[in-house]
Amino acid sequence: MPATRIVVPAKAKKGEIVEIKTIINHPQETGFRHDNVGRPIPRDIITRFTCTYAGEEVFRMDLFTGVAANPFVGFTTIATETGDLVFEWTDQHGAVTREQTRLTVT
Amino acid sequence: MRGPVEISRRAMLEGAVGILVLPLSASAALATPESMAAAMEEALGKGTPMKAGRVRIELPELAENGNSVPLKLTVDSPMTPADHVKMLYVFSEKNPVSNVVRFHLGPRSGVARVQTSIRLAATQRITAVARMSDGSLWSGAADVIVTQAACLDET
Repeated sequence: MPATRIVVPAKAKKGEIVEIKTIINHPQETGFRHDNVGRPIPRDIITRFTCTYAGEEVFRMDLFTGVAANPFVGFTTIATETGDLVFEWTDQHGAVTREQTRLTVT
Repeated sequence: MRGPVEISRRAMLEGAVGILVLPLSASAALATPESMAAAMEEALGKGTPMKAGRVRIELPELAENGNSVPLKLTVDSPMTPADHVKMLYVFSEKNPVSNVVRFHLGPRSGVARVQTSIRLAATQRITAVARMSDGSLWSGAADVIVTQAACLDET
């Protein structure tokens, strides 16, 4: 499973805007490159990233080949209740990488 | 002893040049502003007029390396259940694939502000379009000079 990094506060006040940043180790291979003997390198990309918060989707991203390798995204959500933030990256073959963190809302 | 070594060096160099040249001849064609227009029409639909404004797109004016260019998008929107950004699209006029990235937002985003890193195959104008909850489309654009193109896109 590709390595991921998530930056999100552990605690937030209700109504506060929470900044979330994530990155996943992935070549996001475009399919336009060739290896050192001229053979095309097949496309291999993450196509979708989602974030759910206490079971409800709050953010989604559709990725194409124009997203740089090791796809990074920064986005926001309003702190509503204590719950899990679940992050899912789906590649073009349907393989899912899943991570989660707890956000405590006071 | 020195002669044969140099010859083999030269042969190796020629071999290396051959390998370097080969992929270029088979490289993907650069997209055109027309293919971007087609991609925009497909994504946004026909008939809805697009107004300039409300979308702020932040890119470096000069990108030394097109492989990873930081992109920030902000949309002027209250992000309430009644009035918010639903989608944010990013289009390229020169990358081999015109669709670069899309973001799905909503009132739970709080603000319409996202960032990511993109590939740029050439010096070009990047266009971002926001689809609002009332269906209206707003756009912003930024020009970027790319000194070294994203070789990943082989252009």
